[in-house]
Amino acid sequence: MALDILQEKGVPLDRQVFNWKDLVQRPFSKLDDDAFTRVCVIYMNGIMADALRTKHAFARINRELREPLALIRRLEQYEQTLINWLTPADQTPLETTLGFEQVAIEVTASVALREPDPYLAQTYRFGLLEDFDHLYRYSALYDRLEGKDPNTITQSYTDIIPGRPTSLEHRYPLDDLRRPYDKATAHPLTKLHAMSITAAENQTHDYYMTVGPFFSDPVARQLYAEIASIEEQHTSMYESLLDPGESLLEKWLMHEACEVYNFYSCVAFEKNPRIKAIWQRFLDYELGQLHYVKELFQRVEKRDAAEVLPASLPEPIGFKEHRDFVRKTLNQEEDMASDGQDYVRMADLPRDHRSFVWRDQLNSEGSPSETVAAGYKWMPGTELAARTPRMGSTFEGKKVH
Amino acid sequence: MKTTTSDMGRNRTGVATSPIDSADITQEAQKHPPSHLGDSSLIGKVRQIYARESEGLGSVPPPASLKGVAKTAMDAIKGAKPTVFIDKLAARLAFERSGTRLYEAALVKFDVYGGWEGGPTREGLEKIYNDELSHFLMLTDALKTLGADPTAMTPSADVTAVVSQGLPLLMLDPRANMRQSLEALLVAELTDNACWELLIELARGLGHDTLADRFQLALDSEVQHLQWVRGWLAAGVSDEARAAMPTAEGRAGAQPRV
Repeated sequence: MALDILQEKGVPLDRQVFNWKDLVQRPFSKLDDDAFTRVCVIYMNGIMADALRTKHAFARINRELREPLALIRRLEQYEQTLINWLTPADQTPLETTLGFEQVAIEVTASVALREPDPYLAQTYRFGLLEDFDHLYRYSALYDRLEGKDPNTITQSYTDIIPGRPTSLEHRYPLDDLRRPYDKATAHPLTKLHAMSITAAENQTHDYYMTVGPFFSDPVARQLYAEIASIEEQHTSMYESLLDPGESLLEKWLMHEACEVYNFYSCVAFEKNPRIKAIWQRFLDYELGQLHYVKELFQRVEKRDAAEVLPASLPEPIGFKEHRDFVRKTLNQEEDMASDGQDYVRMADLPRDHRSFVWRDQLNSEGSPSETVAAGYKWMPGTELAARTPRMGSTFEGKKVH
Repeated sequence: MKTTTSDMGRNRTGVATSPIDSADITQEAQKHPPSHLGDSSLIGKVRQIYARESEGLGSVPPPASLKGVAKTAMDAIKGAKPTVFIDKLAARLAFERSGTRLYEAALVKFDVYGGWEGGPTREGLEKIYNDELSHFLMLTDALKTLGADPTAMTPSADVTAVVSQGLPLLMLDPRANMRQSLEALLVAELTDNACWELLIELARGLGHDTLADRFQLALDSEVQHLQWVRGWLAAGVSDEARAAMPTAEGRAGAQPRV
């Protein structure tokens, strides 16, 4: 049954309490939990990171809202901590990276499929094919640096094949900006989608910028630098979909609704009862925060929040595989490019287009994403497994070189 | 709390967990050629470029005392490069100091998870803990005697720490039980044995016989540590391998995803 967010009051702010033991809980299992549990943890960490990021930006430009922003922000920082600390210590930064890309593929696919605005839907498909390629590049890195199978993380839900090649994704900054939705006419789901995907991509950028220097291998360091740069492009692209004409309070109110919607989606998916209880708890907390901001919005803006908020939440995000949709999109739209705010076929752009000039400069001393995946084809057990039949096996008494 | 390590359960990492999806993604991967030609050797070429531009990890600090300066100068006259010995001493010191913390963590694990027949005892772990600590203190004195700064992190100390990053990671993970933690101690003890042998050889070669004799005593105790850890681990593994097969819940969890 759909959640009526105007009726459901959730937990009031003064009952949203934490302690350190509660904030640092038993992590999920890298081996035994479903890949989509990891997807939800990574994704919701991104949503909450954006809740903080957005509120900090608001607090820097608005004196009147500083106190209510500080109150909500602190609670959300605790929520983010609890979520992010569900990540187990045996999940390395590169493994978490594979999880980040699985988020970017499967969540964006779900959003692209349901987005009512065709221009925004195309934008999600456009970004999706780029993140899809990132999974392939990082998989090659994981296989070739550490000799491990990336599918142990993605668990056969997601294809590991090239998308729109990362080396072709670098664009002139103005070719990453898009036309925003119109706050007055956009469907509420359009606003929730744009906020959610912006949040996820921004966190992906920040994560790569944090963990990239932890790698010793120069190609890994380069690849993180390269893909972090694309995630910055994606953040610019998705955030440009948000209507800059929305007031701060309207944006804040919608962000709270976005957090409610995403926790609600996690509750609908989650199979691990312990993690599901966390999603339910934070859904209730976010409903309490939404109503606090709703009152504030109505008092300050003297508008009915129902003008902005959806009465009931849309269908939850599909935390599941979308291989057919992604393959179809890849088949039809791999060669898309952007020219300013418009989508065109890459071949239709002149060779001296500003994005090509930009891209050629960046790739002028080699392309990390091409180097790392040169000749790479994923197969179960890593690409080394393909060499075994040629080399023979000591198990059968044959001599290995 | 889980004392066993290899139970049947819901592990989802292999392709057999989801035969239909796995066959589908494997076929799809075969259908799509790589976007760029070549192989993994291209990564090696980039590594070579960066390696040629590298200026190394860092250096050994100059001696901290006048006495040390004199000793260093004397060794230099003898044709030796004294910083090599200082570097290796500092590496041993760092490893023993970290090793002390490893055994401190091992004692916590033991108190929670307990031992098994032929497995670790609290007394045994405490003995190793004390040995590691005394080796650290002995190496501190040795470095001071040579006029070197025992608080400095030298390149070899840094290398040792980077190489053994996984040891505290595993040892401090509350989910890794006593038997799993012994895997970390085994790696530590194997390294420790080999490195003490190398250090003794180096000390004798440089004419530091008094130090070499002291180091030999340390090695004797490290040999014992290795024997113990290896034996505890072996007993634990065979103990669990002989135990009855797991629960119905575990078997149900192993059903493939279709």
